[in-house]
Amino acid sequence: MNLAQRLKSNPAAVWGGIALVACALLALPFVLAMAGTTWVRVTNLAILFTLLALGLNIVVGFAGLLDLGYIAFYGVGAYVYALLASPQFNLHLPFWIILPIGALAACVFGVLLGAPTLKLRGDYLAIVTLGFGEIVRIFFNNMSQPVNITNGPQGISRIDPFSIGSFSFSQNEVILGLQFSGPIKYYYLLLLVLIAVIVINLRLEDSRIGRAWQAIREDEVAAQAMGINTTRIKLLAFAMGASFGGVAGGMFAAMQGFISPESFVLVESVMVLAMVVLGGMGNIWGVIVGALLLSFVPELLRHTVDPLQRSLFGHLIVEPEVVRMLLFGLALMLMMLFRPAGLWPSRVRRRELAEK
Amino acid sequence: MSALLEAVNIGKRFGGIEALSSISLTIQRGEIYGLIGPNGAGKTTFFNVLSGVYRADSGDFNFNDTVLNISAPHEVAASGIARTFQNIRLFANMSALENVMVGRHVRTRAGIFGAILRDARTRAEERAIHERARTLLEYVGLSGRGDELARSLPYGDQRRLEIARALATDPHLLALDEPAAGMNATETATLRRLLERIRDDGTTILLIEHDMKLVMGLCDRIAVLDYGRKIAEGVPAAVRKDAKVIEAYLGGELA
Repeated sequence: MNLAQRLKSNPAAVWGGIALVACALLALPFVLAMAGTTWVRVTNLAILFTLLALGLNIVVGFAGLLDLGYIAFYGVGAYVYALLASPQFNLHLPFWIILPIGALAACVFGVLLGAPTLKLRGDYLAIVTLGFGEIVRIFFNNMSQPVNITNGPQGISRIDPFSIGSFSFSQNEVILGLQFSGPIKYYYLLLLVLIAVIVINLRLEDSRIGRAWQAIREDEVAAQAMGINTTRIKLLAFAMGASFGGVAGGMFAAMQGFISPESFVLVESVMVLAMVVLGGMGNIWGVIVGALLLSFVPELLRHTVDPLQRSLFGHLIVEPEVVRMLLFGLALMLMMLFRPAGLWPSRVRRRELAEK
Repeated sequence: MSALLEAVNIGKRFGGIEALSSISLTIQRGEIYGLIGPNGAGKTTFFNVLSGVYRADSGDFNFNDTVLNISAPHEVAASGIARTFQNIRLFANMSALENVMVGRHVRTRAGIFGAILRDARTRAEERAIHERARTLLEYVGLSGRGDELARSLPYGDQRRLEIARALATDPHLLALDEPAAGMNATETATLRRLLERIRDDGTTILLIEHDMKLVMGLCDRIAVLDYGRKIAEGVPAAVRKDAKVIEAYLGGELA
């Protein structure tokens, strides 16, 4: 019996397991807070990047469209939030109005990018999307003149945190004797959004639309012959992926309180793509693992490389950043050699790669 | 009998080569119509024009009493023409069942919100898709193989799976491009029974095939193409004796 069958025959164990994971996730921020609030923030950013990776997974993993400009949608979401909830235009709309607007704006940009590029495949699509990502960033950078919209390279600061009535996500609060710091509150919100996004992803994958995406990835000509309007279905993938990016961007702006074009550079797109690829394209759980790994490991290095060298050699020899890139490169190389389909690949991807 | 598909003066050029030169033919409802000819005669080009893969330079198709919109392949499938491919084009890494389920796409409606919310209608539709796909697998003789990957199926089964997938689009016309290619005698015999059954169940079939025994025994009428022209049309017995057909197949000097 394989694991899935064994679990099926024992529902009590499944529920027990879920309850255990849920308790661990609920307790996690308090454990992290003991090591320092920084670690809660790091976790929050890791969840944010997991959201991004799951969004990109729809485009790259499900529909097979290589998108190197994905961070642009994150940027659009972040700027929409920043412009509508900051002193920049003196607008302070509540977050539950702005987030959908941000998702919609990103969705529109997704369609804008998708529509002219639908005929492109593989490398060509990658190049165009890369250019698109850069264009959006340069827009953010330059839209301070003649009318100051984005405040240019200085970015937008003093962005409103999320708040419902008088309950603000940025303030410390003691509830039931527990110290709820701002990051801890955001953690729970992010966790909720993450669960929602996972459920949406799982449901999309196993649906009429999900099958159409997979069919297009497998054989576009045959998919068309089966009556799939490939133009529409691909646009749908771009739009869905972009909306997730938009929501994540809005949350990022609120959590940080400050954004500038520098947060939306090409390297970030590459990073999110690396999360998807490292984890296993098309497999939701693999993508989550990839995103968490690539978010946490650099932070761990940042906190260990420096003290380790100082204690060993008395001074710093190699910068943590350099070690990070070295290990990152090495990890990707090893992966391509030994696990080309990713750490935890989807069954379909594994088959596709085995075939080649 | 009435006409299901009427091709009127279909022409297609590739540069200097006239792949189809003013082809006209009529397929009656409920018949198996064979399209034969030597390699390079234009049979597959005709299929590709009909299914919207290529755009015709001239001519029209009247299908089901209206002018067929062949601007995009998915439109053609929606109007009720389903095809298979000469070199099998299954979704290789999807299961046999999923392949057939994809075929239901054009006759179902659930969109992105249905997929996310899984409302009652979407769930009912999914169940119906599943049910229909299973029935079709059984229909073509692949029951019990639904969970297998399309690409791990034996060759003959892949051909039949392609037919099941095409049937899932509820076609009026099923266009088959060399379905018996590479099959052994037993597989061909099974295929023949399947095609007869499909016709008897009310689906018209357009068949490109090189297996002359199959074509002559199965088809109600046949058109013969050579160098992009229709050189003969009629019942198998007449086509077989046609001088031009013999010449096209065996070469001028021998005839």
